[in-house]
Amino acid sequence: MTAPAATRAPDRTPDRLPARTPVRRLAGALHRRPGLRLAALLAAPMTWLVLAYLGSLTVLLLSAFWTTNEFTSNIEYRWTADNFRSLLTDPQYRTVALRTLGIAASVTVIDAVIALPMAFYIGRVARPGSRRLLLVAVLTPLWAGYLVKAYAWWVMLSHGGVLDWVTAPFGGHSPGFGVPAVVMVLGYLWLPYMVLPLCTAFEQLPDSLLAAAADLGAGPWRTLRTVVLPMVRPALIAGSIFTFSLSLGDYLAVQIVGGTTSMLGNVIASNVTLNLPLAAAVSCVPVLLIIGYLLAVRRTGALDSL
Amino acid sequence: MTRSPSPRPPTPGAVALSGVSKAFGAVRAVDGIDLEVRPGEFFSMLGPSGSGKTTVLRMIAGFEAPSAGRVLLGGIDVTRLAAFDRDVNTVFQDYALFPHLSVRQNIEYGLKVKRVPRAERAERAAEALATVRLHSFGDRRPAELSGGQRQRVALARALVNRPSVLLLDEPLGALDLKLRQEMQLELKQIQREAGITFVLVTHDQDEALTMSDRIAVFNAGRIEQVGTPAEVYERPATAFVAGFVGTSNLLQGPCAVQVFGESGTYSVRPEKIRVAHPDDPTGPDEHAVTGTIGEVVYAGAQTRFLVDLEAGGQLVAVRQNFEESGADAARHRGSAVLLAWQRQHTVRINP
Repeated sequence: MTAPAATRAPDRTPDRLPARTPVRRLAGALHRRPGLRLAALLAAPMTWLVLAYLGSLTVLLLSAFWTTNEFTSNIEYRWTADNFRSLLTDPQYRTVALRTLGIAASVTVIDAVIALPMAFYIGRVARPGSRRLLLVAVLTPLWAGYLVKAYAWWVMLSHGGVLDWVTAPFGGHSPGFGVPAVVMVLGYLWLPYMVLPLCTAFEQLPDSLLAAAADLGAGPWRTLRTVVLPMVRPALIAGSIFTFSLSLGDYLAVQIVGGTTSMLGNVIASNVTLNLPLAAAVSCVPVLLIIGYLLAVRRTGALDSL
Repeated sequence: MTRSPSPRPPTPGAVALSGVSKAFGAVRAVDGIDLEVRPGEFFSMLGPSGSGKTTVLRMIAGFEAPSAGRVLLGGIDVTRLAAFDRDVNTVFQDYALFPHLSVRQNIEYGLKVKRVPRAERAERAAEALATVRLHSFGDRRPAELSGGQRQRVALARALVNRPSVLLLDEPLGALDLKLRQEMQLELKQIQREAGITFVLVTHDQDEALTMSDRIAVFNAGRIEQVGTPAEVYERPATAFVAGFVGTSNLLQGPCAVQVFGESGTYSVRPEKIRVAHPDDPTGPDEHAVTGTIGEVVYAGAQTRFLVDLEAGGQLVAVRQNFEESGADAARHRGSAVLLAWQRQHTVRINP
């Protein structure tokens, strides 16, 4: 506490506050009016959300009740439920909808099964240095273009391609172009969206909980089942929302590796120029599926902690 | 468990460590420890942070494997057994309650693992909840409980398994002083009633002195002294123990020569020291030393005098505030005093 003898006696006058500049005055005014603060902060994003996002969704829903002239393909602004009626009665649409649902569900399950051990290793086993490298490796494919990756798979899946060549010694061959190829490609494309939330969840899982389970006599499998999986479930569900909704809306992968298969996305894409009201009606299907999925997820209580 | 035909030592220790070491890289956290905890004993491992006491606890529980040495539970070598194969339970410092399970499910977890029938499980869980006085909290989630309540749930979750040894890792560290003192008495009572061996890790000397049957004082990965609270406090074996348990009141160097007539390190507890006028007579069985009061610290029930000795060094003396209050005592600052204490209260410390 005592200053060395050589230095001057310490200056005991209190320090002055900085001058009241206009910026500090504005900050002070906002500090006193929380309502104004909130309004200033939210005005721009709320405008964007209401006009651009909800507005366009409303127009989409409205246009689904219009119809088109069969000869000119011009939109006729006449209210009708014909589009939805044909959607429900035409078995072709039902097949496509169920196929899309099946593909999205398969992609989600496969991604979960692959991502769980990956994320467990990255989040809990790997040392901090290699953890960063592995995370970069998981993220890198996201920097490459969608088409590049889809066509890379097209090359691998094609007759005489890499998959044929690799599986030939075991008597196998490439699955060719079709539903399995679509599931593989979509599963590959959306995998990072499943791995990343799971990694975070595994990293944040306290060591003491695992120790406590072992302390109470639980072996590794029981600990995994009764402690680890329930603890990472919210992350698993967050990841599944990504993989499920991205797969439902996809229409490029199926065009490239789907062969003659079509998904809801293709039906929408091919109708956009010819019959926009029908395309709008079809696009209500994945929207409803997603809402249904989110409601089902909400019932499990997994969204409470998000 | 099969009965071993070979003769075993009579009443094996509940926990025994022999030559146990643990190295983390180049750091020797635990350095060749021998220790025996008797069955039914409340045993404390006391030491500053980084002294290796928690590592020892984790090796008994099975969360760490020793680099060398053996760990025995009830006379059986468990050194190579995993945590889930050992008959011990732990109360963790952060409680480690499962957040996705209710309080009752937390408590029943260990019983469920051991396939205890549902009815018995419910009965024992209710009993354990009653023991820690949380009867009506079974359906709550841990997040809905206060720190003290969580601590009790952690205790119930461990006790319900009726382990032969209960390990407690700084269990009261996160509680405020009042609650901590309540829980100290409660823990002691629960231990006496359940008849389970408790091994407690703490850095709080008061906690160790209050609750323990015996205390092991840890320093730098070694045990400095093992003994009853009175032994450790009244007869500290080393300068470290004298300083860590209670106030360090060491006399050494020329000062020791002047007072005791021979060199060495000596300790005397502050409450044994009488603060007297320099001209007061001293008894024949008393040691005495003169000095000046450097600082007076008022602490409610007592006042502490920091006395600078004429022969060098400093002693702390404590006086109960019978008549004088701290405000009066403060004017003694700077006055010359005589410190005297009975010869039997001088402890010679081995270098």
